[in-house]
Amino acid sequence: MTQPLDINAVSAHYGTTKVLEDLSLSVQAGELVSLLGASGCGKTTTLRLIAGFLTPSSGSIRLGGRDLTQLPPHRRDIGLVFQNYALFPHLSVLDNVSFGLKQRGVPPAERRKRAMGMLERVGLAPLADRAPGALSGGQKQRVALARALVIEPPLLMFDEPLSNLDAKLRVDMRVEIRELQRANGTTSVYVTHDQEEAFSISDRVAIMNAGRLMQFDRPETLYRQPANTFVARFVGFENIVPFKVVARDAEVVTAETSGMRIRLSQTAYGPIPDTFLLASRPDGLQVTTDLSAKGLPATLGLRTYLGRAYQYQCETAAGHLVANGSLTAPLESGTQVRLVPAPEQSCILATEGGR
Amino acid sequence: MTDRPHPILIIVAALVYVFLMVPLVIVVGAALSDTTYLTFPPQGLSLRWFTNIFEISAFRRTIVTSLQIAFLGTFLALVIGIPAAYALNRYRVELPRWLGTLFVLPILVPEIVFGFALLKSLTVGAGVPIFVALLIGHTLLVLPYVVRVISASLASFDFSIEEAAISLGSAPLKTFFTIVLPNVRAGMIAAFILAFITSLNDVSVSLFLTGPGISTLPIQILAHVEQFFDPTVASVSVLLMFLTVAVMAVVERTLGLTFLAK
Ligand SMILES: Nc1ncnc2c1ncn2[C@@H]1O[C@H](COP(=O)(O)OP(=O)(O)OP(=O)(O)O)[C@@H](O)[C@H]1O
Ligand SMILES: [Mg+2]
Repeated sequence: MTQPLDINAVSAHYGTTKVLEDLSLSVQAGELVSLLGASGCGKTTTLRLIAGFLTPSSGSIRLGGRDLTQLPPHRRDIGLVFQNYALFPHLSVLDNVSFGLKQRGVPPAERRKRAMGMLERVGLAPLADRAPGALSGGQKQRVALARALVIEPPLLMFDEPLSNLDAKLRVDMRVEIRELQRANGTTSVYVTHDQEEAFSISDRVAIMNAGRLMQFDRPETLYRQPANTFVARFVGFENIVPFKVVARDAEVVTAETSGMRIRLSQTAYGPIPDTFLLASRPDGLQVTTDLSAKGLPATLGLRTYLGRAYQYQCETAAGHLVANGSLTAPLESGTQVRLVPAPEQSCILATEGGR
Repeated sequence: MTDRPHPILIIVAALVYVFLMVPLVIVVGAALSDTTYLTFPPQGLSLRWFTNIFEISAFRRTIVTSLQIAFLGTFLALVIGIPAAYALNRYRVELPRWLGTLFVLPILVPEIVFGFALLKSLTVGAGVPIFVALLIGHTLLVLPYVVRVISASLASFDFSIEEAAISLGSAPLKTFFTIVLPNVRAGMIAAFILAFITSLNDVSVSLFLTGPGISTLPIQILAHVEQFFDPTVASVSVLLMFLTVAVMAVVERTLGLTFLAK
């Protein structure tokens, strides 16, 4: 039942505006992949292409052995869950869930049995005869989930399914979705603009920007080793500074930026090219008042309280940086410090063209 | 402060009701009069002017014609208007704005002008038979109302519901009937009633399109009052009112029930 999805070099236009460019993405059988990106980056467009509501201007989409590209949407056999639930208002909860089975010619008794079984799994069997209008947001989304799952589709797609729910329910529901998806082993594509949501429920995450795929990897890899500055900023590496290597001594590299020098160990950071970008999270720049430390000289600016740390706006010769300092010793604005990169919260990026 | 309405408000509301009801009372009263001339209050009570309607063959024929035209015209307007309203709403982003305006234009043209234009082009120009010309005229007359009313109820329809049905394996055309239509039922009933009444009561367009042997009830009423001053017109008016109410009730029932049963 479970099948891989292959999106191959797909482009899409609305009129003359290009909204997706040369997008390729392979989702393995049984895998849950999230599309993550800012509003307007083309996530919904990608789903609509796969579902068949939109035709790509080039490229192809395959599900299992089938080429979907020329198949009309009602023959694609894809379960869809929408942000606004999209339940049929004139049908009862049970009829909503059995709708897809009816289209497949399943006899009424069997239909009822399977729909009730699915409602049971999402904990809504007692509400089978209700009208969708008389359900809460969370219940509606469970009905929508049951309606999509009951047809046992080879591919399940979600378009921001939780964004109309409150924060607590959002977390509960995403666990529920993940468990159902795992249990059925259904290949899934999940759209969200919530990074935590994407990272927590996905096998792999595709980060998109302006209609292009920026990086497609496991959450752990994205979080620790972003492939480019866009993804790095997206996952919280707020400080990105260009460096040039000036000396190599065994595995220790001395690098320079705007007249400031630091030393980095290739055992900690991996191989370091001659020119590179050092990306650090605010937690990855240790603030020290020991001016002999091997770090970037900086002058502290505004201090804000984060609860787990103090955050400092810092001025350096290489520009504005953000660093977190310990709660035990708050420092005053104007203090001269050194910012020492910590490898666990920093990474090396290749220099990008035009920089 | 209490939540009782202000006395002046009550008086104004009462006056409006009186203003609306008095003509009806007068017409019904005059229709029941036993005299040979129109009068109010009625002198003596009788149903003879109601039976008289059916003794005049022109009335019998025009009632049938009017009902045929109103039913068929409304039906055709719905057949054209519902898909049009659907397309206008479904593809609101893709379609040019003026396309929607196109369906409102007939309302802006004075009906007399509209009727005359149809006479010139259909009857005189193309030699279309009178009944067909009447039917076309009435269909066009009520089409804007149908499109507007159905559009209004589609405006609140969430088209992702339609996509959900399609993704579950329902073909697009089937989805239109099983998912879209049931959700604009109220709009369809309203559009039917509005279109039917407009057609049934129309004078301006029919005036030009009726011809030898074929006429509609309002035109026949006009012709009748030119020659006679008996209460027949009053009783025909009452009959027309009852017909309208009956059709409204039947439409409400049947459209309402068949869709609920699905
Ligand atoms: N029907 C349309 N006509 C023209 N442009 C459109 C249409 N629908 C979407 N777009 C444009 O295509 C781009 C991608 O839209 P899309 O809906 O895929 O974004 P998204 O990533 O889903 O955003 P969001 O997180 O806000 O849902 C946007 O710039 C949007 O303005
Ligand atoms: Mg979207």
